[in-house]
Amino acid sequence: MISGALRPITAWVSAHPVASFIVFFAAFPFLVPYQSLATQVLIFGLFALGFNLLYGYTGLLSFGHAAYYGLGAYGAGIALAKLKLTSLWLALGIGLGAAVIGGALIGFFCLRRRGIYFAMLTLAFAQMLYFIAFHASDLTGGDDGLRGIPVHALGLPGGSVSLRTPLAFYFFAYVLVVLAVAALKRILDSPFGAVLQAIRENSDRAVACGYDINRIKLLSFVFSALFAGLAGALDALRLTVVPVDSLYWTTSGQVVIMTLLGGAGTFFGPFVGAATFLILADRLSLFIEAWPLVIGVIFMAFVLFLPRGIWGTLTARGVER
Amino acid sequence: MLDIPLQALAAQAFTGLVLGGIYVLMAIGLSLIFGLMTVLGAYVAFSLMGLTKSFWAALVLAPLVVGALGFLVERFLIRRLYGRSPDDPLLLTFGLSLAMVEGAKLLWGKIGLTVDPPRQLASAVNLGFMNFPVYRLFVIAVTAAVLVALWLFLEKTRIGLIIRAGSRDALMVRALGIDLNRVWLLVFGIGIGMAGLAGVLAGPMRGVYAEMGVEIIIDSFVIVVVGGMGSLAGAIIAGLLMGEIVSLTTFFAPKLAELIIFIVMAVVLLVRPSGLFGEAGLAA
Repeated sequence: MISGALRPITAWVSAHPVASFIVFFAAFPFLVPYQSLATQVLIFGLFALGFNLLYGYTGLLSFGHAAYYGLGAYGAGIALAKLKLTSLWLALGIGLGAAVIGGALIGFFCLRRRGIYFAMLTLAFAQMLYFIAFHASDLTGGDDGLRGIPVHALGLPGGSVSLRTPLAFYFFAYVLVVLAVAALKRILDSPFGAVLQAIRENSDRAVACGYDINRIKLLSFVFSALFAGLAGALDALRLTVVPVDSLYWTTSGQVVIMTLLGGAGTFFGPFVGAATFLILADRLSLFIEAWPLVIGVIFMAFVLFLPRGIWGTLTARGVER
Repeated sequence: MLDIPLQALAAQAFTGLVLGGIYVLMAIGLSLIFGLMTVLGAYVAFSLMGLTKSFWAALVLAPLVVGALGFLVERFLIRRLYGRSPDDPLLLTFGLSLAMVEGAKLLWGKIGLTVDPPRQLASAVNLGFMNFPVYRLFVIAVTAAVLVALWLFLEKTRIGLIIRAGSRDALMVRALGIDLNRVWLLVFGIGIGMAGLAGVLAGPMRGVYAEMGVEIIIDSFVIVVVGGMGSLAGAIIAGLLMGEIVSLTTFFAPKLAELIIFIVMAVVLLVRPSGLFGEAGLAA
């Protein structure tokens, strides 16, 4: 079997996830047809990573992750385009702050219900933010999206670096995503990470063990929003525009699809899924206009027959369901 | 001066009643798939109207066609997921709605369709304080009739008894030798048929477009959260209440109209997490 032949590789990768990530994604922009696709994979992989922390590791299915991605994007975008800040670091910080505050507030409300109601509440609050962004056009550009985000050079201790070439921007994003991946690994290996997975497996038992699971779920929600917000802020810098669709439910849907294609509850699943989704969408859209139809059918097949996703099946380590 | 806004207010309140009626029909449906089936109902009705040249034939046939499709989805897709994580049916129907929204665009075109109410219902009636379209009165009447029929079915028939018992304690009902799989299939078919009906009714009021299901499904889940899960009365009262609130907000503060239901929902979640009429134990 393929998975048998790949076993030594996948085993090494699973044992050294952060090192593997650093090596593979250093070479990645030279392996794909064009470099901006590589940056997209990196950013959406990070977005899916955040979603995966909440769904794959904590067992909470959110259909509204566009909210934190969009808050990060609008936060950074408004800081640069409207507040005329010139520091990219400060703009990223504002984006992250918006996503974290949004995540804490929305998480607080949504965690009052469970299951399908939790999922629908996350969706409802994300749509609420979409309507707000749609109508507050003075601040957000409304339907046209937030335009005119300037491309400033990145300030560093020894001077500044221009991010105007796709490759320079890729490696800027790469450094931040590596830090995020290392942070996630640290979170998952901590006692807190173990409790998250305990909640996923059996939340009643986690309560019986004396854990305040609502507080822990909320923390997981906020961390998840933080990663999604960083992805959104980076994407705003990459595109120099924030389309209002970044808050729409289709964005939430995309991250769900990516994570499940790659493998929910696996460390690399989100990046494998983001790459699969983006490359598939890129190729399919050349041939058929209704490419989401094909993606929808593939997604259904995965839910039915390959619930562990691509990476989960290859490593046979995905969530048992 | 004052009597004109009062009349407009009454008119808006009445419009809210109709909106509430559609909300109620949807909210009883209770699952992601029903939003999608509403759209399908609307589209199927549009095609049937084209074929049969009759709104009435479409009104009866579209829910049946859509309900039959619901049977197939339950039997061949969703049933495979029983016993897995409860998130899986949700994920599957999400994939299905993604595929079907695109499929609907392929079949019926990307631009929304407009549907005319049938000739018999196209006029308006003078209610004293306003001229109200007869079609909207008809929607109120059909909603009320369906609700009464559903209530009788759940409360007075043997199958209704099994459904109510099964949703309380499936294990016990199975132990009594009742095949719940067949019962769920029926429940699913009826729910989806009702969603189809909501779609047919909404067509002449909102127009028909592929994304209408998402908007409707969010609204109806908000209503179920507000009304309280597992409460038919809660769904009805919350649906009507929300219809009124949206309608009156449209009148007083149009910019807030799309936000108001979320604000109400947040307040209810804060004050009564199990919903206005939900039992605390059922606050899943």
